[in-house]
Amino acid sequence: MNHSPTTKAPAQDAGLSRRQVLRGFAAAGALAATSQFSVARAEGPRVGGRIRVASVLSSIADTLDPARGALSTDYTRHYMIYSGLTQFDSRLEAKPGLATSIESDDATLWTVKLRAGVEFHDGKPLTPADVVYSLLRLKDPATGSQVLAIASQIADVRATGPLEVQIRLSAPNVDLPVILADSHFLIVQYGAADFRTAIGTGPYSCVDFNPGVRTLARRNPNYWKPGKPYLEQIELVGISDESSRVNAMLAGDLQLINGVNPRSVQRIRSSSGYTVHETPSGLYTDLVMRQDSRPTNDPDFVLAMKYLLNRDEILQAVFLGHAVLANDQPVPPSSRYYCPDIPQRQYDPDKGRFLLRKAGLGQTHLAMYASPAAERSVDIATLVQESATSAGLALQVNRVPADGYWSNCWMKHPLTFGNINPRPTVDMLFSTFFQSDSPLNESGWRDARFDALLLSARSERNESRRKQMYWDMQKRVHESCGVGIPAFINLIDACDRRLKGYFPIPIGGLMGYNFAEHVWLDD
Amino acid sequence: MQVILRLILKRLAAAALTLLLVSVIVFTITSLLPGDAAQTALGQNATPAAVAALRLKLGLDEPAILRYLHWLSGLLSGHPGYSYSDGLPVSALIAKRLPESLLLAAATAVVSVPIALTFGILAAMYRGSMLDRTLSTTALAMVAVPEFLVATVGVLIFAVKLRWVSALTFELDHPSLREFLRGYTLPVLSLCFAVVAQMARMTRAAIVDQLRQPYAEMAALKGVSTSRIVLTHALPNAVGPIVNAIALSLSFLLGGTIIVETIFDYPGIARLMVDAVSYRDMPVLQTCAMIFSAAYLGLVLIADVCAILSNPKLRRQ
Repeated sequence: MNHSPTTKAPAQDAGLSRRQVLRGFAAAGALAATSQFSVARAEGPRVGGRIRVASVLSSIADTLDPARGALSTDYTRHYMIYSGLTQFDSRLEAKPGLATSIESDDATLWTVKLRAGVEFHDGKPLTPADVVYSLLRLKDPATGSQVLAIASQIADVRATGPLEVQIRLSAPNVDLPVILADSHFLIVQYGAADFRTAIGTGPYSCVDFNPGVRTLARRNPNYWKPGKPYLEQIELVGISDESSRVNAMLAGDLQLINGVNPRSVQRIRSSSGYTVHETPSGLYTDLVMRQDSRPTNDPDFVLAMKYLLNRDEILQAVFLGHAVLANDQPVPPSSRYYCPDIPQRQYDPDKGRFLLRKAGLGQTHLAMYASPAAERSVDIATLVQESATSAGLALQVNRVPADGYWSNCWMKHPLTFGNINPRPTVDMLFSTFFQSDSPLNESGWRDARFDALLLSARSERNESRRKQMYWDMQKRVHESCGVGIPAFINLIDACDRRLKGYFPIPIGGLMGYNFAEHVWLDD
Repeated sequence: MQVILRLILKRLAAAALTLLLVSVIVFTITSLLPGDAAQTALGQNATPAAVAALRLKLGLDEPAILRYLHWLSGLLSGHPGYSYSDGLPVSALIAKRLPESLLLAAATAVVSVPIALTFGILAAMYRGSMLDRTLSTTALAMVAVPEFLVATVGVLIFAVKLRWVSALTFELDHPSLREFLRGYTLPVLSLCFAVVAQMARMTRAAIVDQLRQPYAEMAALKGVSTSRIVLTHALPNAVGPIVNAIALSLSFLLGGTIIVETIFDYPGIARLMVDAVSYRDMPVLQTCAMIFSAAYLGLVLIADVCAILSNPKLRRQ
């Protein structure tokens, strides 16, 4: 803690005016995405070709409604059909989408300029009314929106011109442009309600949607990015069995898959026509120690368990090296707000034993709940159990089925495993899973200073001060929060070698679910 | 004929009662499962406020008994409600999946029933011989190997290595015969592994049972050839148990194909029902359960009618 950030200082450092600091993106209006992979290729992208893509799950809960998207297959489908006001780049910063600029003087009232000449798949032009409708419905509890909590920050959205919309937040949030790139905030047509079919402004239009079976989408020739997209047709299916997914790709039935098990990587690499793409991400499986029950609320117990996580072994034995070492702080090294100053916590059974004895927990029997629902938690639990035994703590691994795990086990018992997907912003991650009064505050950790920093950072317009706040918060989580994070899990995709234009976007697999508008198929 | 009509009517009434009981049991058990449709739909984002709003929207705030009655009255009037998961009418979901399941079941039946009958009849004709032992062992080995192993090994060899067939069964709009064979060969063969043994063994047992009867012995003493005794004398008398075994196997093909559907990404109705369980989607689950039970009862009824028609003694009772 070398520097305590103040929240009231004016944002005039570094020679930037407020307006510049709060611009959603540096080069408004430029189509930056095309340049990102132009270096890597010898020949230009080609229009045409059909591919079949398999994601990890497809069921009757599949939806065409971006607000209700709950799984990677949904996000992928939605990014195919709809466009957002902004888009993620490979560093999870906001790039222009349907909005050519998003600006604000106070991070509360934002002015969005819409791109001219954008058409929906049915030929109707994009209007401010569509944007107002799309954003406001996220706040309506009856929508069943997955982002109800985040969207409730939006106080009001109004059309203020033929191509202009104003978004008023209930409190300042400098991350708004990034949040708007999330798939739940994609723009639907004014009045869209039943979502039997989908009409968007995205790179592909929906031809057939059969929940739990497939989505068939065809190239949108009027897409607002000239020349894009490249493929003629994409069929998206969901195959839950990993070996079926890999086999079907190797048999030539699929051209792109995600959710590849580390064990299959070698097999795919050694095949002639297929390759693997790995995305280091913010995905992690963590040990959750509830702060509202005994003995997991004992600070010595929490620290002991963190010392008993044999991270190197978990990295090698569980993830076969396809993960990045973590340090009990939830921001991954790939993030621009990652704090590199925290010394890596090493596996130390002696320290663990000492702390456990200090907490008076020599002979306690304790149940630890793990489930296939939380990726690899059963394997991690077995390793934790082993190292706990060596430190004198008898842990029992309760393996429970994936069905109902999130609603009935996770956070309900003193010791459970969680599985946290990458979030677009550090603010979202912290306010969902670490803020004291969040319903999903995994460990029930209460830290007033952390909460205060979180609020300050949300409105802090000075980038270096904001970074310092996030660093301080990571230190607090590392030191005292009731979650132990052993590793950040790499997302592994595999595809036909002829599929070109792939680059990772660390919000998820399949190029952050955004592959559809970027990839093309070589002859 | 009157006997049969009366039987059919009686059985239909009993079937209706059975279906009602099944629906009550399935509903009760589903209600006992932890979590509800609103919670599972929202997953990690299931904050109390969001769950409450979704419950209100889906009508999950009503008492369980009312929800059941709503569904029942809807079903009776031909409209089994809307899916909790995606808001589509249940009938639309079923209409897309049921034909796929029926197609797979029919294809499997067309392949497996002749194979099973041939196996069973040959084994019975040459019972105790090397052929009989080979066929019995083969049939038992087939049923003993789990479906997922057969399917996965089949995919590895014939789809990945040789590329003769497809590893997945895709929805085809107007499949040619070649496309159909590419997509359906492996799932159909995997299912045959599971159902042939049961039918073959029942056929063999039924025929052997007939061959022990005095009339078969008499025919043999008169010098009638084995094939003629089996095909014209024993087989007609064994139709009852054989049709029963076939009916049981076919009812498995409608609801018990979840493993094959998962491995080949086949859009059948078994997967729909498993989805419905994991998403606590009561209307879909209940309707699927009704379809499976009705199909089962229907097949058993057909088997019984066949048995009666084939047996003059039963016909005149």
